[in-house]
Amino acid sequence: MTATLPPETGAVGGPAETPLAPSRPVMAQDWRRLVRMGAVGAVAQIFIALSNMPVRLDERVVVKPVLSLGYLTLLIVPFAAGYRVGHQIKREGMPQYAAGAHEIAGGAACGALAGGGLSLLAVLLANFDLREPLVNWSPMLAELLAFGDATWFAVVVWLLIGAAIGAVGGILRTLGPRSRRAVVTMALAVAGAAVLEPLVVDLAEGMRLEALTDRLYARRGGVNWTSALGLAAASGVLAVLGRGRIRQARNHIASLEGARRSRANFGLILLTGAALIILPLFAGKLTNELLANVGLFVLLALGLNVVVGLAGILDLGYVAFFAVGSYSAAVLTAATSPRINPEMPWLVALIVVVIITGLVGLFIGAPVIRMRGDYLAIVTLGFGEIIRLIFLSDWLSGWFGGSQGITKIPGAGIFGLTSVAGTDPRRVFYLVLAFCAIAIYVSWRLERSRLGRAWMAVREDETVAEAMGINTVNVKLLAFVVGAILGSFSGAIFSAKVGSVFPNSFLILVSIVILVVVIFGGMGSIVGVIAGSAVLIGVLGGPKQPGLLAEFSEFKLLIYGALLIWMMLARPEGLIPSVRRSRELHQEEMAQDAWLRGQVEDDDGSGAQAAPTP
Amino acid sequence: MIRTSGPRRGARRTGVDWFLTFMRVAILTLVAVGILAFIWQEIDTDNPFARWANPDATGLTGAQFRGLIISGVAQGCMYGLIALGYSMVYGVLGFINFAHGEVFMVGAMTGMITSNKLADAGLWESNFIGSLIFIVIVSMIVCTLVAVIMERVAYRPLRGSPRLIPLITSIGVSFFIQNASIVLLGPAAKAYPDVPDWVKDKHTFLQIEGSRILVVVVAAVSMGVLWYLVEHTKGGKAMRAVAEDAEIAALMGINVNRTIVKVFAVGGAMAGLAGILWGILFRSVIHTTGFLPGIKAFSAAVVGGIGHLGGAMAGGLSIGVAESVGPLLILEPLGVSGVSQLRDAVAFAVLIGVLLLRPAGIFGERLPAEDRT
Repeated sequence: MTATLPPETGAVGGPAETPLAPSRPVMAQDWRRLVRMGAVGAVAQIFIALSNMPVRLDERVVVKPVLSLGYLTLLIVPFAAGYRVGHQIKREGMPQYAAGAHEIAGGAACGALAGGGLSLLAVLLANFDLREPLVNWSPMLAELLAFGDATWFAVVVWLLIGAAIGAVGGILRTLGPRSRRAVVTMALAVAGAAVLEPLVVDLAEGMRLEALTDRLYARRGGVNWTSALGLAAASGVLAVLGRGRIRQARNHIASLEGARRSRANFGLILLTGAALIILPLFAGKLTNELLANVGLFVLLALGLNVVVGLAGILDLGYVAFFAVGSYSAAVLTAATSPRINPEMPWLVALIVVVIITGLVGLFIGAPVIRMRGDYLAIVTLGFGEIIRLIFLSDWLSGWFGGSQGITKIPGAGIFGLTSVAGTDPRRVFYLVLAFCAIAIYVSWRLERSRLGRAWMAVREDETVAEAMGINTVNVKLLAFVVGAILGSFSGAIFSAKVGSVFPNSFLILVSIVILVVVIFGGMGSIVGVIAGSAVLIGVLGGPKQPGLLAEFSEFKLLIYGALLIWMMLARPEGLIPSVRRSRELHQEEMAQDAWLRGQVEDDDGSGAQAAPTP
Repeated sequence: MIRTSGPRRGARRTGVDWFLTFMRVAILTLVAVGILAFIWQEIDTDNPFARWANPDATGLTGAQFRGLIISGVAQGCMYGLIALGYSMVYGVLGFINFAHGEVFMVGAMTGMITSNKLADAGLWESNFIGSLIFIVIVSMIVCTLVAVIMERVAYRPLRGSPRLIPLITSIGVSFFIQNASIVLLGPAAKAYPDVPDWVKDKHTFLQIEGSRILVVVVAAVSMGVLWYLVEHTKGGKAMRAVAEDAEIAALMGINVNRTIVKVFAVGGAMAGLAGILWGILFRSVIHTTGFLPGIKAFSAAVVGGIGHLGGAMAGGLSIGVAESVGPLLILEPLGVSGVSQLRDAVAFAVLIGVLLLRPAGIFGERLPAEDRT
């Protein structure tokens, strides 16, 4: 099986590349597909426009006078439609055509259709008033669509823009892999510079490099167009020069074995760790706050990763453990807690918190563990909600303060050396970092332990796992408990960081966001989960925490929802998949592939390269 | 009968099983003690147990009790209608369509928009029944469309993938629809227009609000229609066949894809209807409207036995009555204060309790063999 796995994605790799047939004539489009895709694009465009994204995000400039994030959201759809429509489905035995004018024309047509959605919307905006149900049906939107001009201008301009952007998508198809990589790198460099602007400015201030950022960014935000060009050129050159080097290096590390591999890993970890320790020293409040939030979610996501990723139990009530951790830490440390207030030092309280949350994990886990997977999901969701309702209720408000919550929680004191409170994000970040390190180490060791293998066996096939002598009930219960304890760390830090806990911080929403993070990053993959939290929580923001694109706060949950659907449809193994998990998900495809390969080679009659059989 | 909880035959009893037995006994004891305490309280308000547990409790008058039951039944009918969608989809595809509650929310939103437009035009007051039928039809059409598009976009490509994958996708769909409602329609709660007096006030003879009678009647009629559709038409037969075994059904010449679309359409239509009923009962709708009723309706489907039409309705009624009566009946005599806040917790507790005590539901589940594991 392993031999047939393409090194990276586990995606379908066809038999040896067949030579490309010449490009198709321009008019020989698959019109039905084109119109369908264009129509979907148009609907998406109208939806985006009416969601108020363009208007709200217009303030955030990407490239100084040319492009704002608001307009960018409207350009993405025609581009995607134009790029997508040029996609050729690889069919065995069917010729593959070279991309050319056909793709560009198709992309332009499809993009124009998608842009036409906005033209239609501009006409509708001018003639009807639907402000009543649709809150964003506003003159502002009409003005934005028409660039402040007349309606007919908007109609024409969006058709043209759509066509142009769609054609760009088509052109991208015609490029060879090398130039495509260069183009993508250039676009990513500019977009990255724009997205990371607050972070870069903050760091540059700490390092006394203001001159650099003054040149790069315009005064009121956004990359200067001159420096954008420079950045694009530089990254393009780098991409061309360094083509494949990164991948080579990664493959090289992956191919190392034994002691050398672990030495390389150790070096990498040391480097990352050092960077993470040094970086905050130069960073201001904003960056540290951001890093601390990301760290909190890394902790939560690592905990959920044990439950969902390793043991394959879909726990939708994970927020319950976060809540229990926060509340018990608050009750144990705060002097203001209503009923009992032992005012323990934070570290001592943490031990009690871990015990309490572990017990709660047992208590919630035991009744649900024998249920089938989907019932379990709903029931854990129910438990998550019950726990919040109990904290909220008047019944126990004498203990937990009801809707008033518990306030004035002291910071986390560490051995009397230092106290960490929310007022100093840098210390919070270091605290979070320390716990992340523990959590990463624990997950990493667990994954390779007997228990971890048992979890994965249960995930893949419970009946077989049981037949192999694994006590599935205990093993799953342990996953619950480990997950709960990791979640409680995060809860205890959260209460010390924020200084107050309210039932409203523990909505089911939080569970779902953590789930999105885990799935986006890659279920069962530690690196993936960390990357997932960094990208999602860092850029878009958590349920209540703002990210780098603070303007997105209204839309981030919408994007999370869409992302969850898209990930499941397109890449269920996540951004940085765990090898084993992706093998599991694509088992059937790979079996078919191997079969096909064997078949094709038999037809050729050249048995020289025997197909590896699963 | 396949048990989804509890040890398999011949398996060793582990600590977990003892714990589960303990939980079952504890739940039953709690319910029994609560009910006994309630009855004692009704007989003698000042009995020693009540004085010890909850001195403030006054018990319920007959009228209050009746009112609670009736409001529970009306809400239960609504849950039952939503539960049909969960139950049918689970029966056919074997996964929980988590986003079904949002379809219901879309129905309530559509009803709100349409009825407000009708009220602006003056039709809502002058011809209430006509407008009501109109908004029901519009909302059913919209919800059917939403459900069918959902199936086409999010679920069909995932057919045959591991079980949890479509479930996670449906969580994403649910999240997406909820937030789409926020960005398109705004985050504030929106009101239905005022209804005529005969709907608002208590009926002179039955002493029940007109809206509740309306809800029960509408639910009963639509349930009857649906039952006829599923049990006595060719399309319904196809649905049952696909639920029994999709592969064999396909071999028998049934278009499985089309049948699945039909199932989603019917479920969506019922959710749309339930959305309107929500509008009539509560006259206000917000983007989170679909979430809790959705989960409760799923609980109802489980309680009644998933894949079972009558079971969904019966489950809906039980959940509705339990959450409206339960807190006052069981929790209040035991000294829990502020019980009405715990309504939702009670609904979840019913789900957990049923899954612990009788996981196949009251009527037993109708599922293909491979979905029961």
